[in-house]
Amino acid sequence: MADNAKTPRPVFRNIHVTDIVSYRLPPAGIVSILHRISGAVLFLLMPFIIWMFDTSVTTEISYDEFTSVFTAGCADGLIPGWFFKLIALGLIWAYLQHFIAGVRHLIMDATHRVTKEQGHSTAVITLALSVGLTVVLGAKLFGLF
Amino acid sequence: MSQNYGTKRIVTGAHYGLRDWLAQRITAVLMALYTVVLLFQVIVGEPLSYYKWAGIFSHQWMKTLTFVVIVALLYHAWVGVRDIWMDYVKPVGVRLALQVFTIVWLVGCAGWAIQVLWRL
Repeated sequence: MADNAKTPRPVFRNIHVTDIVSYRLPPAGIVSILHRISGAVLFLLMPFIIWMFDTSVTTEISYDEFTSVFTAGCADGLIPGWFFKLIALGLIWAYLQHFIAGVRHLIMDATHRVTKEQGHSTAVITLALSVGLTVVLGAKLFGLF
Repeated sequence: MSQNYGTKRIVTGAHYGLRDWLAQRITAVLMALYTVVLLFQVIVGEPLSYYKWAGIFSHQWMKTLTFVVIVALLYHAWVGVRDIWMDYVKPVGVRLALQVFTIVWLVGCAGWAIQVLWRL
């Protein structure tokens, strides 16, 4: 008993904000935090999403307004078109990431398949799919094909 | 009947948050299915134009479905964003302010989206 009192016991503290960069996350952990980040991005960009819905669907004139923002920008080019495309690309990534990781969540909830290996492989698939599709759609958005 | 409020409120035990947890998953399934339905209509047929895009939302069933999804999104985002505040923001006053902001933001967005939908 006396021996136990002398040996220093390991101390586990909460991760401080400054530790985040040096803290290595497994793929499942990356998917987990990205689910939060992508959800927050979609939440904050909600007015932009509704603005796109509003202008694209209301009239033919507003539809032209909607498409021209992504080419000519707005406020006489003060905010350039590529900036809107960049926001759209951010939205595309956030939606794909949240959608695919969400489906992963639902599958895990429904099947109770929550082993370490399964968590790892589905996380890698999620990341590959979301990043891959974002790259393809981003290339399309910026007119690379 | 036992009192479950005030100082006698039971704050421990099972099923706390189960309703929100379940609602978040059900709304997620709804939104995922809606995504597939919308994407299918965009991809199939002629190339996308204003008339095709507006035509998708001209059907009554699509308007009703979109309305349901807007409400689902409202609840889904509320549960998710509230989780973020509960995890990272400890001071009660700041947390309350952020939660009020979240509700105002979400209800405002939902109102705008429904307004757009209504006049189509």
